[in-house]
Amino acid sequence: MSSLSISRIKTESRFVQWVLIGVALLYLFLLLFLPIILILVSALKKGFPMYVQALQDPETWVAIKLSLFVAVVAVPLNVIFGLFAAWAITKYSFRGKSLLLALIDLPLSVSPVISGMIFVLLFGANGFLGEFLAAHGIRVIFAVPGIILATVFVTFPYVAREVIPVMKAQGKDEEEAAMTLGANGFQIFTKVTLPNIKWGLFYGVILCNARALGEFGAVSVVSGHIRGVTTTLPLHVEILYNEYAFAAAFSVASLFIGLALFTLLLKHIVGFRLKREGLK
Amino acid sequence: MFKNLGLVAAIVFFGASLSYGQSTILNVTYDPTREFYKDYNKAFQGHWKKTSGQTIQIRQSHGGSGKQGRSIVDGLEADVATLALGYDIDALYDQARLIPQNWQKRLPNNSSPYTSTIVFVVRKGNPKHIRDWDDLVKPGIAVITPNPKTSGGARWNYLAAWGYALKKWKSEAKAKDFVKALYKNVPVLDSGARGSTTSFAERKLGDVLVAWENEAYLMINELGPDKYEIVVPSISILAEPPVTVVDKNVDKHNTRKVSEAYLSYLYSKEGQELAVKHYFRPQDKQIAAKYSAKFRPVKLFKIESLFGGWQKAQKTHFSDNGVFDQIYAK
Amino acid sequence: MQNKSRRRTILPGFGLSLGYTMMYLGLVVIVPLSMLFFKTSSMGFSAFWEATTAPRALASYRLSFGVAFLSALINAFFGFIVAWVLVRYEFPFKKIINVLIDLPFALPTAVAGIALATLYSPSGWVGQFFDKLDIQSAYSPLGIVIALTFIGLPFVVRTVQPVLESIESEIEEAAASLGANRWQTFRAVLFPVLFPSLLTGFTLAFSRALGEYGSVVFISGNMPFKTEIPPLLIMTKLEQYDYSGAAAIAIVMLLTSLLLLLTINLLNRHVSRRVNDELA
Repeated sequence: MSSLSISRIKTESRFVQWVLIGVALLYLFLLLFLPIILILVSALKKGFPMYVQALQDPETWVAIKLSLFVAVVAVPLNVIFGLFAAWAITKYSFRGKSLLLALIDLPLSVSPVISGMIFVLLFGANGFLGEFLAAHGIRVIFAVPGIILATVFVTFPYVAREVIPVMKAQGKDEEEAAMTLGANGFQIFTKVTLPNIKWGLFYGVILCNARALGEFGAVSVVSGHIRGVTTTLPLHVEILYNEYAFAAAFSVASLFIGLALFTLLLKHIVGFRLKREGLK
Repeated sequence: MFKNLGLVAAIVFFGASLSYGQSTILNVTYDPTREFYKDYNKAFQGHWKKTSGQTIQIRQSHGGSGKQGRSIVDGLEADVATLALGYDIDALYDQARLIPQNWQKRLPNNSSPYTSTIVFVVRKGNPKHIRDWDDLVKPGIAVITPNPKTSGGARWNYLAAWGYALKKWKSEAKAKDFVKALYKNVPVLDSGARGSTTSFAERKLGDVLVAWENEAYLMINELGPDKYEIVVPSISILAEPPVTVVDKNVDKHNTRKVSEAYLSYLYSKEGQELAVKHYFRPQDKQIAAKYSAKFRPVKLFKIESLFGGWQKAQKTHFSDNGVFDQIYAK
Repeated sequence: MQNKSRRRTILPGFGLSLGYTMMYLGLVVIVPLSMLFFKTSSMGFSAFWEATTAPRALASYRLSFGVAFLSALINAFFGFIVAWVLVRYEFPFKKIINVLIDLPFALPTAVAGIALATLYSPSGWVGQFFDKLDIQSAYSPLGIVIALTFIGLPFVVRTVQPVLESIESEIEEAAASLGANRWQTFRAVLFPVLFPSLLTGFTLAFSRALGEYGSVVFISGNMPFKTEIPPLLIMTKLEQYDYSGAAAIAIVMLLTSLLLLLTINLLNRHVSRRVNDELA
């Protein structure tokens, strides 16, 4: 009897629950599931063999490889930054912290058109460093380094943004205790801080990686669209779409949905491992 | 920090490995030429192998004409530029001195190996009875054309309409009214020509699509001959998409010879045949005669004769606060 | 003052972490963005003023801030409900739905724009119903709101979710044992704790919406004065090789975003401090 009344006060009535679930699902259905369904339906419009064929196209593979390479470089850079920034922001108080936080968020609100343009202004042939780069034969814009730079810029806030709240919530007592026990900074970070923030970090990496693979606007400005050389996966989708290969375009786009499902799998595996370690 | 340095080194290495050797040229071109150059590159590779014994690799970059021109100015190392309008290639001289000022005199026919014109695409059976430009300004007709501020193809559309009105009423003011009325019927200004095509075909917007002739045919072939038909107006503009070698880049890459051969082969019988196959109007008289049935006759005017060339047309009509902006000003 | 506050903790690494943060922020964000100022410095004040306050530019700012605010508001409301049901209730397919929430980050914006335009155009799956009601969904400000809501969907869910998960049931039980009903508990106990994260999610969704380009151009229709967003104006300026004019509009957008982010961060700190005080 008493356990029932406690569960009653801790949650809502069945009716309220289902209304809320209904509202949430309707919202997600209209905005999220329908576009996903549309992409899958359009991808399979010409049958499954065509779907497989679109994914086996050599140009698709070049695009996949390039996108993965860009993410592999860009994400670790932002992870290192995110950890340093979170440490500085959550463990100490200093002036101008709000400004620093706002600056970290800034790339989120910068239009992709602008994020591409600034790198052209900086590294383009008529840009700030253009003559220097040309004289030394270094190609940044319209080549892979430019794509990486634009991607790093666009995905800049994600890891820091995810890690900061978790690190903040966790406080600094544990670290200070470890400190008084004689641990050095590196030990404190790897043995105390990192286990506590691992999920925040994990989410940050996933979001950062997703955005890095999916960025279109900024990359489009700096890529030069050279087929099979500087076309990332999103640019490849655009090319296919512009060639009226709608089914193929959506087939490649569906890879991004696959990516999300792959992330789920990854999360489960990681979660399982961690749980087993905990049991030991 | 060392980890970062290693990464930077890897990036530079990766970037360098993508630089092209002597046997590669880059053709930076606009959107509607994708299919044509896919075929043409194959043909040229065979031709070049036969005449010089060398194997040549040709890379393609497609996009909006203006954006492509800007990319070359900003350092995209194109060996040849094949864009939608002379203005975008002029910029290679104006903005960066990549080519000489007289570039357009270097190849025959104003450096345009193929031409096109602006036509209408309507839904099968022409339910709204669209025959000529006058029908586009009638109330209740929805016209699909891209934004001339961001699309080169859209500028040809705009100038074709303007030219028609100017020829009809012989008055700039009347022409402006006509074009204004036309754009009143435009519900969506896509940022590029292919965007407009998909709006018209995939989203079923509008009653008539104003488009390049070659785009119109391609679209009908790709998306359904049973769904659309082409209407050729009484008079239209001669669209001349020009080509040029980008001197500064070919000299740097040592690719001048092959790049020039690449462009002049466009004027050969084989090149012209391929252009026809992709619904570009050929310059070669014999080929034109051979395929006279394929292209419906239409009275064509040139941009030079009515607008005094691209530089002037761009400045008057499409710059900030130009005529196109005035049409939309409140 | 500064030294005193810094001395509050004994943890090492302040100089290193803040130093690295500033250096990386400077290289990746500040230097590229400063190109905008460098580019406009040559144009003189009157030209700058003219470029940024043209009636068409003003109309585009109004539109952009309006639709971004509206979509962030929609996301705050529904995203909160989604986070709530995902954490608190059980329903079929919950796990997979939870994963799909991140998809708007991963999906290239152009693909999102194409899919949404196809859905909401008058002949689309959803658009036809709007059409029957004589409401124009795609190619109107409403269409832009739809696209921006899609783009910003994960932010609120993902910021509220972890906080909601970490709330301990004791607080609620205490409130209930003091005689509060469910709604009172929510309003007086849960909501104040969740509010800072909700505000953060709102801010992120809002800033992301301000800069969005890729998905909007496909669904907005790009009509001057009606559905033209500032990034499109930047594109038209670039088309005329008017780099400084483009940079000028970019600066206006940039500074406004920065100001907004700063204000909301300060507000957030203020709110969370008050909440902490109340809880203590």
